[in-house]
Amino acid sequence: MSRLRGAFRSAARQDRAAFVPYITAGDPTLEATLGLALALERAGADVLELGVPFSDPIADGPTNQRAAERALAAGATLAGVLEIAAEIRRRTSLALVLFTYANPVVRLGIESFAERAASAGVDGVLFTDVPAEEMPRFRPALRRAGLDPVMLVTPTSSAERMRAAARIGGGFLYLVSRTGVTGAARELDRELAANVETARRASKLPVAVGFGISTPDQVAAVAALADGVVVGSAIVNVIAGEGDTDELPGVVERFAAPLAQACRRRP
Amino acid sequence: MKKLPDRRGYFGDWGGAFVPETLMGPLGELESSYRRASRDRGFRTRLGLLLERYVGRPTPLFEARRLTARVGGARLWLKREDLCHTGAHKINNALGQALLAREMGKARVIAETGAGQHGVATATAAALLGLECTVYMGAEDIRRQRPNVVRMRLMGAEVVAVEGGSRTLKDAINEALRDWVTNVRTTHYVLGSVLGPHPYPMMVRDFQAVIGREAIAQFRRIGRGLPEAVVACVGGGSNAAGIFTAFVRYPRVRLVGVEAGGRGPGPGDHAARFAGGAAPGVLHGTRTMILQDADGQVEPTHSVSAGLDYPAVGPEHANWRDHGRVSYTTVDDGAALEAFHLLAETEGIIPALESAHAIAEAARLASGMGPGESVVVNLSGRGDKDLDEVVRLEEGSR
Repeated sequence: MSRLRGAFRSAARQDRAAFVPYITAGDPTLEATLGLALALERAGADVLELGVPFSDPIADGPTNQRAAERALAAGATLAGVLEIAAEIRRRTSLALVLFTYANPVVRLGIESFAERAASAGVDGVLFTDVPAEEMPRFRPALRRAGLDPVMLVTPTSSAERMRAAARIGGGFLYLVSRTGVTGAARELDRELAANVETARRASKLPVAVGFGISTPDQVAAVAALADGVVVGSAIVNVIAGEGDTDELPGVVERFAAPLAQACRRRP
Repeated sequence: MKKLPDRRGYFGDWGGAFVPETLMGPLGELESSYRRASRDRGFRTRLGLLLERYVGRPTPLFEARRLTARVGGARLWLKREDLCHTGAHKINNALGQALLAREMGKARVIAETGAGQHGVATATAAALLGLECTVYMGAEDIRRQRPNVVRMRLMGAEVVAVEGGSRTLKDAINEALRDWVTNVRTTHYVLGSVLGPHPYPMMVRDFQAVIGREAIAQFRRIGRGLPEAVVACVGGGSNAAGIFTAFVRYPRVRLVGVEAGGRGPGPGDHAARFAGGAAPGVLHGTRTMILQDADGQVEPTHSVSAGLDYPAVGPEHANWRDHGRVSYTTVDDGAALEAFHLLAETEGIIPALESAHAIAEAARLASGMGPGESVVVNLSGRGDKDLDEVVRLEEGSR
């Protein structure tokens, strides 16, 4: 069983949703990313989503845009992200998913990318801007390297599109909570429960929900519906507020621990 | 050549639809609405009447005799898209898409703009058809193209300054895409060039192809058969696709696309995607040639003209280049400024700085051809919007 499926299974056995924090790799620096990964594991993370910074992040709201700008200004590259992923693999048992735009991967070459990601110990790859129709360009190389192609589905995905994503996807199915870009939101989408249901019917994969989830209350509400909860921008905001200090891992751990706690389902 | 794009939106190895999943359903609806509309006689008649009575089509094909005399060589002809309502070819596409938005029941349109011409065209079409309109424009371009910002606001559009990244066209498209991902149920994105995910490169080309169809008919009417060459500037590539498309099937007509050579060939100093510094990649929803660094980060670009200042190029251009059907060349800032003056002085026509790139290349090309031959230039826009910028540049260099 892949490490990703294992992470969801062991969370389910403990009657909780898997906690899936997102951070932008290289923000504030690549060295700091390792410390953040260790802190998030201590806080209770099951899966870590590592964002690969890109100059033109069309699927991201202002929080993650600024994070990518900081990471690029600090010299982060895809090659550097893969090195730090290898370091995280050595030091944690987190399942690791790279969250990336297509272009840096196309530039490196999908074959070379897949080999290097797999040997770094990455478990899955999620492309923000590669829908099912364009995956044949990427999927065979990922599969050959043993990487799970993690697919996104959204409230605008028809049942047919969800089935297509489930068919070619691996690891888990990432359900975007609302139409929109990444970023914290005050309220969860009213149709979320119905959308989770549609995703479940389309797929045997575990379903994780992300985008706009930032508080323990929201996490608890989503954990009652889904197999995993992704929290991104809220954590990235904490990183931005603290900056590159020695206290950063501790600050992030204290912020993330209640979110991980909230993944436990109440009887 | 086979009719392109294919079913998946590819022109050879270029194109496709690389967007967040949220947009895939809506892009599918857009494609089927567009295909339905383009077969529908009612839609075609409505658009045709607007192009005639509102835009002022057909635009003249004008022989630039004094320019020809000055340059020496082939006869130069100007396809006068600068005489379209709002001053550029952009209105052909904006009206088509705004009409389509109304058919799809979308009450709001958004657009990106570089030079401001597409923003003005979209604001105009929205005012005419009673649609709400928001235009995203890079903060740097707002500075360079002030008069167009005033025009858009006069017509009731909201103009949003984009402060991210290089604060130019590329960043305006990023922001427009984010708006669209968020509001896709109520909003149509009027993309202004032959860029973006399928079906945009096809649809924008089709709405602009009227330019080349008219030019061929006009050239025949004056008893000249076909011109030897056609020249157009290429930013995203919509005016070029507009005039080239009808000529592509005539192999003896030489087609030349002109990219912005900017300050020179160094990275960040130009916007010439076909001059050696670009690599295949994915930007703004399409697989095409992109100016980028070795790590796949998109590079800043420079051109004196905001409309050419863009790191990627329409996927069909990449395919035409692969097949050698269109040749691409560059004209730098200085040569474009010279051509700007040259056309004003010889013909009493002030071209947009974008179009001035095409004038410069056409003049160079014509000077090496015989007097019995003809070169048609797509004069894609007028230069009123550039006056402040030209004055600023020339006073600064004095």
